[in-house]
Amino acid sequence: MQQYIDFFTSCRAEIDAQCHPLLNVRRQQALDQFLRTGFPPFGSEDYQHTDIRDLLKENFGFYLQPPTAMQHTCNMFQCLVATLNSYRYFMLNGWFYDENAAADIPQGVFAGSLNVFAACYPQIFERYFNRQAADKGDGLSAFNTMFAQDGYVLYVPADTIVEKPFQLTNLSGGNVSALTNRRLLVVLEAGAQAKLLVCDHSTNEQQASAATQVTEIYLGEHATFDFYEMEESNRKNVRLATTFVEQAALSHAIFNNITLSNGVTRNNFRIDLSGDHAESLLYGMAIADQEQQIDNQTIVNHLAKAGHCDELYKYVLDDEAVGVFGGRIVVAQAAQQTQAFQTNRNLLGNRQCRMFSKPQLEIYADDVKCSHGMTTGQLDENALFYMRARGIPETEAVMLLKFAFMNDVIQGVRIDGLRDRLKLLIEKRFRGELASCRCV
Amino acid sequence: MLNIHNLHASVNGKEILRGLNLNIRAGEVHAIMGPNGSGKSTLSAVLTGNPAFEVTQGEIIFQGRDLLQMSPEERSCAGIFLSFQYPVEIPGVSMVNFMRTAVNEHRKYKGEPPLTAGEFLKLMREKQTIVELDKHLVNRSVNEGFSGGEKKRNEIFQMAMLEPKLAILDETDSGLDIDALRIVANGVNHLKRDDNATVVITHYQRLLDYIRPDIVHVLYKGQIIKTAGPELALELEEKGYDWLKEDATVY
Ligand SMILES: Nc1ncnc2c1ncn2[C@@H]1O[C@H](COP(=O)(O)OP(=O)(O)O)[C@@H](O)[C@H]1O
Ligand SMILES: [Mg+2]
Repeated sequence: MQQYIDFFTSCRAEIDAQCHPLLNVRRQQALDQFLRTGFPPFGSEDYQHTDIRDLLKENFGFYLQPPTAMQHTCNMFQCLVATLNSYRYFMLNGWFYDENAAADIPQGVFAGSLNVFAACYPQIFERYFNRQAADKGDGLSAFNTMFAQDGYVLYVPADTIVEKPFQLTNLSGGNVSALTNRRLLVVLEAGAQAKLLVCDHSTNEQQASAATQVTEIYLGEHATFDFYEMEESNRKNVRLATTFVEQAALSHAIFNNITLSNGVTRNNFRIDLSGDHAESLLYGMAIADQEQQIDNQTIVNHLAKAGHCDELYKYVLDDEAVGVFGGRIVVAQAAQQTQAFQTNRNLLGNRQCRMFSKPQLEIYADDVKCSHGMTTGQLDENALFYMRARGIPETEAVMLLKFAFMNDVIQGVRIDGLRDRLKLLIEKRFRGELASCRCV
Repeated sequence: MLNIHNLHASVNGKEILRGLNLNIRAGEVHAIMGPNGSGKSTLSAVLTGNPAFEVTQGEIIFQGRDLLQMSPEERSCAGIFLSFQYPVEIPGVSMVNFMRTAVNEHRKYKGEPPLTAGEFLKLMREKQTIVELDKHLVNRSVNEGFSGGEKKRNEIFQMAMLEPKLAILDETDSGLDIDALRIVANGVNHLKRDDNATVVITHYQRLLDYIRPDIVHVLYKGQIIKTAGPELALELEEKGYDWLKEDATVY
């Protein structure tokens, strides 16, 4: 940990030099917090199974300069969901890459680099950037604020409706093992509507790579937002992501977090339903085998009246994989008529893989409808035999059953093209073909 | 077509089949009757290779091949079909996808190319009518939310799709009203040919009024204790099994 503090102090000028001053002014406060807390300690309440200090103990390199030779990489790389009709953007090692960026977006909408956004919309930037992360974040998000030099912003002004999805592809990789710190900011003003898909890839499987990511999402009244995030990295990758969401009255959102392939992943999700009648659908899908680990922690705070949250997380584990799910639902006293439902279902392929699941309900209001349910089990032997008895080979039957298990999460995707693409990817994943076939 | 010799099988360490012998030739319809718990479903499970059941002794030769060496899926492709006593619900797997996969695996086994989407749908429509299976059922998940009768009809529909050499119907009649029974029986008779065989496992004479057996066996405590013509079924209906138990010398 000290190595990062020393590094930050000695490179401060170099870090700042590439960034807009509005980014840089947040670093000192973040450093102060990080000095106080450091990374969340292993074994503390929310970090029972993911040891951040250990994961980041290696001497990772940093890309403090915007990459120059990235054009090549970005053009070479074809995202698996390339067929989707979307506005496309790329980031490489945390730096926004504007060469290929979509330009034909609707009037008034901003989609692009965090630094450019700070320069063009300083007031909006100041109002939103780092507000949630500073208020609610831990040492991990403070660390990200210290080092983040660029990122992606989607800003949709009031009453602007964008049908076509935005798609951001995060690429990380290079010739050395590196740590990337990237930042996402989403602001949908009142009545705005948009969809964002973020694909997380790594291009070099030879090197260890790690990324911290902080995403702040602000949804105004009546805003509607779809957020799909898909990790498809490799076994040497570490992903530590935190997403903060603030939803005003009558806003409606879907969050769908998909881990198709990874190394070690920690996704923190914190949703504050701050306005009356705000609604969130929260989906998660985790597929892991070998020694992969996926740790999803969600907190949904019902702070105002008649909020609604439906949460569904599903895991399919195999080999020695480890899955962790923590789901906390807090219903404040003011949040009468809240409806909050949580389901976590897990399918274990054998006896070596492990699943840790911890639902938590804290309810301080009396007029609420809340429930949670968790099941962890194996494939249905009877179903498996039934299929084999009809001539379907065992491996195929297993694949069909795993796929069927994920079906309701897939159905939660509201972009038709993405849903179809996802079905294919998941099938490939269960057939073990994904690792060797990243490009289509 | 099928020769079972001295078959012993157990489940969870408990021996259920204890030296069963049975020979079936192409073109024949056999009925296997017997009281509850005598091992009828166990026999069908062993014939289809259910891994929960262990064969401890004996052999099964199916069309000249050692059946016990074959996986369940291979047996299916080779022509063995079981209409399950308790068909399994598979949420999330559509009937269409399930059947397309099964049919194409059978075709692959025979060295035939997979059916096109159009060919497959045509085949499905054709076979659905045989058992008067409701059109909307094939768009649902396998057996999910099907009534008892619909599940049984679905079994015969699958049989029609796969055209087995040896069909085993395990209490396909139980829980069916007269109309459904007739539909199921018609379906089975429709699929009957000289080069395939049918084993009807049942408690009741009722079904045998519709599907006429050539040979009737009584299975009791894991053995075939009597084999006779169709008149045996009537006799069992009238007298029950007790008179046979006294005759059974094996215990
Ligand atoms: N999976 C199983 N586990 C334990 N016992 C079983 C299992 N399946 C069947 N049995 C037992 O085997 C015996 C024969 O059952 P079964 O073959 O289903 O009889 P039938 O179909 O003739 O009514 C019964 O005593 C039953 O309890
Ligand atoms: Mg039975």
